[in-house]
Amino acid sequence: MKLTILAFGITRDILGASELNLELPESARIEDLKAELARRFPAFANLSALAIAVNSQYAELDLELKELDEVALIPPVSGG
Amino acid sequence: MIDIQILESPLNVQVCIDFVSGAATGGINVFVGSVRNQTRGKRVLYLEFEAYVPMAISEMRKIAETACSRFQIDRISIHHRTGRLEIGEIPVVIAVGAPHRQAAFEACQYAIDTLKQTVPIWKKEHFEDGEVWVAAHP
Repeated sequence: MKLTILAFGITRDILGASELNLELPESARIEDLKAELARRFPAFANLSALAIAVNSQYAELDLELKELDEVALIPPVSGG
Repeated sequence: MIDIQILESPLNVQVCIDFVSGAATGGINVFVGSVRNQTRGKRVLYLEFEAYVPMAISEMRKIAETACSRFQIDRISIHHRTGRLEIGEIPVVIAVGAPHRQAAFEACQYAIDTLKQTVPIWKKEHFEDGEVWVAAHP
């Protein structure tokens, strides 16, 4: 399935873009997405944490992705 | 009553206070963030805030709803600014109105502490010799 991933903060700098188009196997889970990102972008290993949001909610590692999901990379937040 | 806003323009503390003021309000507690001129002794020139707006609003609303149910408060306003902020400007305002002051203090503390942990907003510090996303690296 094709996914469009939104990137914010330092993840946008690492990708060099605010969006990334990614092809993942059907019924891929969040953990598969994180593994694919780590493979393609080794700099992700240097982050103190990386959360993934699906449709504006924090997602657990075992959540199954669907093609129309809005997926976003959430590096450590620092608002306030 | 809940008021959540993410704004690119300067925040207005009075607007937040007015929102949480009512006939049944016995006290209002306000937290106002401020852009500091240094971090760990290093001079900061300015900050940039970026938000994943739909999710940030959703997370801020969760904080406000939890604050209302967990503490005895009935009005809360949370405003966060994005874009470039100069030293001394205000990135965040949280105002809480409650029948009694203790709840207003506790809810306000809960709201700012949780906002800093869960709301997808990111701060980049700009120095004379570079820039860094705060908290990105261990």
